[in-house]
Amino acid sequence: MSTNTIALTDFPASRPFPLRLHEWVTTVDHKRLGLLYILFAMVFLVAGGIEATIMRLQLIRPQNNMVSPQVFNRMFTMHGTTMIFFVAMPLVFGFANYLVPLMIGARDMAFPRLNAFSFWMTALGGLFLYFSFLGGDGLYGAGSAPDVGWFAYAPLTSRTFSVGHSTDFWTLSLLVSGIGSVGTAINIITTILSMRCPGMTLGKMPLLVWLNLTMGGLVVMAVSPLTAAQLMLLVDRYLGGHFFDAQAGGSAVIWMHFFWVFGHPEVYVLAIPAFAIASEIIPVFSRKAIFGYPVMVLATIAIGFISMSVWAHHMFTVGMTSGANIFFVLSTMAIAVPTGIKIFNWLATMWGGKIRFAAPMLFCIAFLFQFLIAGLTGVTLAVAPFDWQLGNSYYVVAHFHYVIVGAILFAIFGGFYYWFPKVTGKMYSEVLAKLQFWLFFIGFHLTFDFMHIPGMLGMPRRIYTYEPGRGWDVWNVIVTLGVFFQAAGVLLLAGNLILSYFRGKAAGNDPWDAWTLEWSTSSPPPEYNYALIPSVRSRRPLWDLKHPEDPDWRYE
Amino acid sequence: MSTLSVSLSGGNVDWRLPSRGLVGMYCLIAAEAAIFTIFVVAYLFYIGKSVSGPQPKDVLHAPIFYTICLLSSSLTVHLAVRKLIAGNVAAFARWWLLTILLGGTFLYGTAREWLHLIFDEGLTVSTNLFGTTYYSLVGLHAFHVTMGLLALIIVALFYFTARLRPDHAERLEVLSRYWHFVDAVWVVVFAVVYVIGV
Repeated sequence: MSTNTIALTDFPASRPFPLRLHEWVTTVDHKRLGLLYILFAMVFLVAGGIEATIMRLQLIRPQNNMVSPQVFNRMFTMHGTTMIFFVAMPLVFGFANYLVPLMIGARDMAFPRLNAFSFWMTALGGLFLYFSFLGGDGLYGAGSAPDVGWFAYAPLTSRTFSVGHSTDFWTLSLLVSGIGSVGTAINIITTILSMRCPGMTLGKMPLLVWLNLTMGGLVVMAVSPLTAAQLMLLVDRYLGGHFFDAQAGGSAVIWMHFFWVFGHPEVYVLAIPAFAIASEIIPVFSRKAIFGYPVMVLATIAIGFISMSVWAHHMFTVGMTSGANIFFVLSTMAIAVPTGIKIFNWLATMWGGKIRFAAPMLFCIAFLFQFLIAGLTGVTLAVAPFDWQLGNSYYVVAHFHYVIVGAILFAIFGGFYYWFPKVTGKMYSEVLAKLQFWLFFIGFHLTFDFMHIPGMLGMPRRIYTYEPGRGWDVWNVIVTLGVFFQAAGVLLLAGNLILSYFRGKAAGNDPWDAWTLEWSTSSPPPEYNYALIPSVRSRRPLWDLKHPEDPDWRYE
Repeated sequence: MSTLSVSLSGGNVDWRLPSRGLVGMYCLIAAEAAIFTIFVVAYLFYIGKSVSGPQPKDVLHAPIFYTICLLSSSLTVHLAVRKLIAGNVAAFARWWLLTILLGGTFLYGTAREWLHLIFDEGLTVSTNLFGTTYYSLVGLHAFHVTMGLLALIIVALFYFTARLRPDHAERLEVLSRYWHFVDAVWVVVFAVVYVIGV
């Protein structure tokens, strides 16, 4: 304790609010930027959640007129764009920012100022997107928020079909936040490769660090094409270019390719950090070292590579040559192999372990099983003829929400509880956390299990309303009911964390008896993380410390 | 817990990690390469698909001289950094300024070409698909040359204000990698636009 809390820069406990605000706005500290990313994401989670709720209320019964078709289009566009770019990505970057330097025994990221720049670019992107509600009308008085869908297929985005500025705000928002994402990814990769503490060879890094390294590589390779595509769209809209203008020889399909070249790796940009969180929590709460560390690393890298060659499975219904169809069917199925390996490794880690069913572990177990189901529906959709039948239906919507909510968000919620004691120094309320788990779990399954069924019964996505008597009615009621459970769960999470921050019991440095370096410093960590840079000899340095008679480095 | 760092110390005396600057620059280059790949793919995909003229073979002339200028600037920037590592600041400055001159000449060439295309041939971004893809791809590259030139000029300003020291060589090495990348991209752009595309 004493080594790590030497009062080098301890500020007086209470400073005036403007001063503290100024510190947060101008900070280059990776921990504060990580928290800013997460707080930013939580604000946008509420916005995206409200948009989802509006859609679900509109769809709760047939021929409902709660919102107009125009508003409905804006809601699904804003919901998708918000949740991917301004909730999931910032959450992932927040965790990476906060944890990676701590876990590798570094004092900060490799480029602290680039880190701050990247965060504020992302924030600017979010502002652009939501400013469209006010500024999107432009001079034409047409439209307000973007209404072209989150993948914004051409020619909907052309001047002809998107008068006003709503699409401009959409594309600028993605362009600007994309620059921030690539900046952060470069920073994460460089930090991991160049800032590790002595002894931490690549093979001794915690799995979370390995997985975030892969995520950084994917962001560099996947978000850049999106940036390029947005530049082309800007050329089309502002300079009269013809990239996506079919009348001048351009192609609408090439936009689809460019978007999904980004879009599919993006799924793994979000999923791999969720795997990373699960890979830290599951061993600690099973009281066993992770099963098959090298295989986990290899499987992750394999996922990273394969994920860049599966994009056109989003385009089976567009119509491609049979050669292309076969390639993308096979590559998509191939990605299930390394993913399956990971699932078995997590199960093997739990097997025979002394499992503690605390909130972080509950979320990870749910993650494991829900991710399995999400992967299985994914394999069904990888079969091109099956996809021709169910593409663009609610089955697809249910599938990818199973991935993003059922797997990614559950793991991230687990991560919230797991690292909350480290970040704040306070323990959260386990009772409220378990209540949140069950609320969110029930809500999730009500909504997304039952959403598969109207999809299989032929309900297309993005419709604003439907006729009665198609057999969709009761399913839509159930799906909408689940939303309230989920909303209650998220509010409870926020309430629990806020309440515990002010009233929680002191957590101590290492409440979980964990093994990675971040638990060796004080909670919350001092600005400089480690007074003395640690050096490590195994993947579980704190195990070595606590068990000098039987250290890990004898076996690795 | 209090003696963690000490007790964890494994006595690693020799602990060397890759340079932050170089790793960061290689990542940036990878990201930029991905952006260029998309533009190159679009250019290749749209060759011969313009529904109206002018067509590339009617208006494009390969800028051989300016290409030689840009490519040889890779050599001069490399020599400049070598000289700085050797501690010879004056020789460094000669090669560095020559690099700026060569890069500037290349940009002048692009400007002349665009002037000709716009005013003599009537080709703009909105004329046809060829114009859209040509100005986007060549313009994206020219933008990168401009950014590189600005960075080179900033270093030159440091030299003229006598703030440049030989121990800055590692940073300039990072910058020179960027400049090499910009040159390498031009090889691809040249091949696509002036060889395959006409």
